[in-house]
Amino acid sequence: MSKITELHVNGTARTVDADADTSLLSVLRDQLDLTGSKYGCGEGQCGACTVLIDGFPRRSCITKVGAAAGKKITTIEGLAPDGNLHPVQQAFLTVNAFQCGYCTSGMIMSAAAFLNANANPTEPEILRFMQGNVCRCGTYQRIVAAIQQAALTMKEARR
Amino acid sequence: MSDKPNSQRSAVAPTFRSEPAGLRPGSTTSDTARMAVPPIEPERYEFFAPSAYHFEFDRREFFRIFGCGLVIVCVLPEASAFQESGRRGFGRGEQLPQKISAWLHIGENGTVTVNTGKVEMGQNIRTSLTQAVAEELRVSPGSIRMVMGDTDLTPYDMGTFGSRTTPTMSPQLRRASAAALDALFDLAAKTWNADRAKLVAADGAITDPSTARSVKYGELLKGQELAQVIPAEDPLVPAAQWKVMGTSLPKVDGRDFVTGTHKYASDLKLPGMLHGKILRPSSFGATLASLDTKTAEAMKDVTVVHDGDFVGVAAPTVELASRAVASIAAEWKSSPQPSRKELFEYLKQNPAASNGFERGGAHKMGDVAAGLASADTHSEQTYTVAYIAHTPLAPRAAVAEWKDGKLSVWTGTQRPFGVRTELADAFHIPEDHVRVQMPDAGGGYGGKHTGECAIEAARLARAAGRPVKLVWTREEEFTWGYFRPAGVIEAKGGVRRDGTITAWEFHNYNSGSAAIGTPYDIPNQHIEFHATKSPLRQGSYRSLAAAANHFARESFMDELATLAKMDPLEFRLKNLKDERLRAVLEAATKKFGWQSAKSSPTQGFGLACGVEKAGYVATCAEVAIERPSSFSVAQVRIVRIVTAFDCGAVVNPDHLRNQIEGANVMGIGGALFEAIDFENGKILNAHLSAYRVPRFGDTPKIEVVLVDRKDLPSAGAGETPIVGLAPAVGNAIFAATGVRLRSLPMAPNGIKV
Repeated sequence: MSKITELHVNGTARTVDADADTSLLSVLRDQLDLTGSKYGCGEGQCGACTVLIDGFPRRSCITKVGAAAGKKITTIEGLAPDGNLHPVQQAFLTVNAFQCGYCTSGMIMSAAAFLNANANPTEPEILRFMQGNVCRCGTYQRIVAAIQQAALTMKEARR
Repeated sequence: MSDKPNSQRSAVAPTFRSEPAGLRPGSTTSDTARMAVPPIEPERYEFFAPSAYHFEFDRREFFRIFGCGLVIVCVLPEASAFQESGRRGFGRGEQLPQKISAWLHIGENGTVTVNTGKVEMGQNIRTSLTQAVAEELRVSPGSIRMVMGDTDLTPYDMGTFGSRTTPTMSPQLRRASAAALDALFDLAAKTWNADRAKLVAADGAITDPSTARSVKYGELLKGQELAQVIPAEDPLVPAAQWKVMGTSLPKVDGRDFVTGTHKYASDLKLPGMLHGKILRPSSFGATLASLDTKTAEAMKDVTVVHDGDFVGVAAPTVELASRAVASIAAEWKSSPQPSRKELFEYLKQNPAASNGFERGGAHKMGDVAAGLASADTHSEQTYTVAYIAHTPLAPRAAVAEWKDGKLSVWTGTQRPFGVRTELADAFHIPEDHVRVQMPDAGGGYGGKHTGECAIEAARLARAAGRPVKLVWTREEEFTWGYFRPAGVIEAKGGVRRDGTITAWEFHNYNSGSAAIGTPYDIPNQHIEFHATKSPLRQGSYRSLAAAANHFARESFMDELATLAKMDPLEFRLKNLKDERLRAVLEAATKKFGWQSAKSSPTQGFGLACGVEKAGYVATCAEVAIERPSSFSVAQVRIVRIVTAFDCGAVVNPDHLRNQIEGANVMGIGGALFEAIDFENGKILNAHLSAYRVPRFGDTPKIEVVLVDRKDLPSAGAGETPIVGLAPAVGNAIFAATGVRLRSLPMAPNGIKV
């Protein structure tokens, strides 16, 4: 079994020690103490573990760490490195788009990736993209509103 | 800190602020509350905890731990009945009363610390209780720190369920805050030799307008060790004058959630901590026939525990623990068990002896047979509800650590004190050797009352001699937790041509007795809950049986309306006197546009209403029936929901809306597609890929109408808004298709038309 000894996470090279087939989620959480990404189902069905790999949203629970090595990994902890919240994070706060908050990291990571790829999303596009993220508290309507608000903020910022 | 002599130690004489009209000491808690907020219904499936908490702190120890300042101790309402009227202090060496519900401490730096056994799992009580204290104590919400659900630091609490935090804990904290403010006024008046009645308080400071002197609470309390015990009698700020309560204060620690920094139980890490895995039996109730753990035991750094039918491992990584447990060879002995296909027959044929929790047997009024005889038409129908799983996104998790024979556990539970009792029982140690702490949890919905995961982690930690974290997999959460009870509900009713209901008979088998009654005015009634054996382990679920009983009752009401050839709204209003229920019905239908909503084969409109836990709810639903022309199966899509809700004076409008929206979304799953599939002691769909929960695409437009009754005590709101969704949707489906669906879930694979 090949070993993975280094990951590029949130702009920094981090030392790890994991078999290549270990889940990325468990390495992030247990070895690097990046616990913002959550375990929810272990089969890529709930989105709570979503991180960005080279800018694309990926379910870290079913991503082998070997597949992430050498790539740029961004977790929720790296979304606002300078302490200024990402527009999606700010919009979630403004809209109260959560209750227990357990899905929130994954929702925000998915939404941030989505808005990078689609700056002017329609509501059906948001629903389709976010379909793989589960919020058991049922705040979907607010999350959609938060994503729409973040899209506007990001559009303003580009002007 | 030493317990130095201090002239302020003695009791502060009881003083009351001027009483707002209509709110007199005593009446706020007893009379009014009794009227609007009935005591918790002794429901069969709400887990109960033993009481009798023995509090060990004495006064000296309290100030040693918390520092100088002022402490206000709330005693439980039932205990306060035995106390003298009026507040009292307690002196050196005196024990605090045993029946404490909460306490509040103001430190020398002005920080307000509030300790309550209630816990946060998304219902946002950390925020609403902060508002309650800020309101009465006149401090900024940011200066308040809520310590919640820590069995060493908070007074005993039965648990966070039954929508009890807002009607019971909030008034107690408000009273404690009001008493603290009184003590501060006394202290300021004495310090300044000023007229107490002229002092005013705002933003954490007391000001004397006549001299313009001002002092912050913390400065006033420097070097003081003031303590008071309050019975439940102080007057409170009336809702019409609220400044902090009644506003949409955002979640107090919201930033921790959007940045991923909040630590749930599964995120905690202790030095030297190991990870646990449990070997699960092949089916429910199975016992070990043979076991071979040699391979696992030979693995480096792996601890294997075999204790009766408990088999588990602890290892430095989750991966190693998983490999170790997978290497164990076990044979299990199991016995045949009922399966889903025979569930409802089983429930009808297997009565269980009463366990004392269901509400006083059958409710009988008038003469149902005579009532049916006097009807022009009657109907009799059977409804069923499936077992469903809470599926909190955070599965059960616990971190356990033993030190000097004492056990500390961090776990996401709705009953930290109940879990403490379970741990003490499991390990034969006194409860004061166990500390349970509850980091704000990732969802509960009634599903986290029990301590299995905590016990398993503690057993492994004891064997390993190191802290152990155990996080249940989704499959374990689906299998080894407990379910919303399945049930069979039989309804019979008679109705006259003019729409008057003459008789009502309603039997619930196993599902539960919550909201089993009817709010409609029917002269002849027979309503009864029948306890039965249950093939699966079952327990509390958001609103308990109120969702199931409302589904049956409000569906059947529509069936009777159809018999009487009346509009469902008109039919309900004809048989309904309850003003609050009529008000929400009218509010919801007005917003929905009920009068102009005419159903067609592709579009249906339905409604339902009800009362539970002092919350009044009415829900209107619009569904679309989508049928590819060549198919006989149609798909149901919920297009729009309008819910009107009255839970007394609204504490936080936006968080209340959020709860109502969320309850409707959760209700969609139970209404349309969620069901636990099981066969012979095994769960067949214990994965999110096999158990469908509501997602973005299932979510309709949800509009909420808040009926804010500032003249009435606030009731809880986390549960009741769920009860209207399923019957409103079922009624809408019927209105469009003429197909009456009487089983929850109604359309797991679409509906045959």
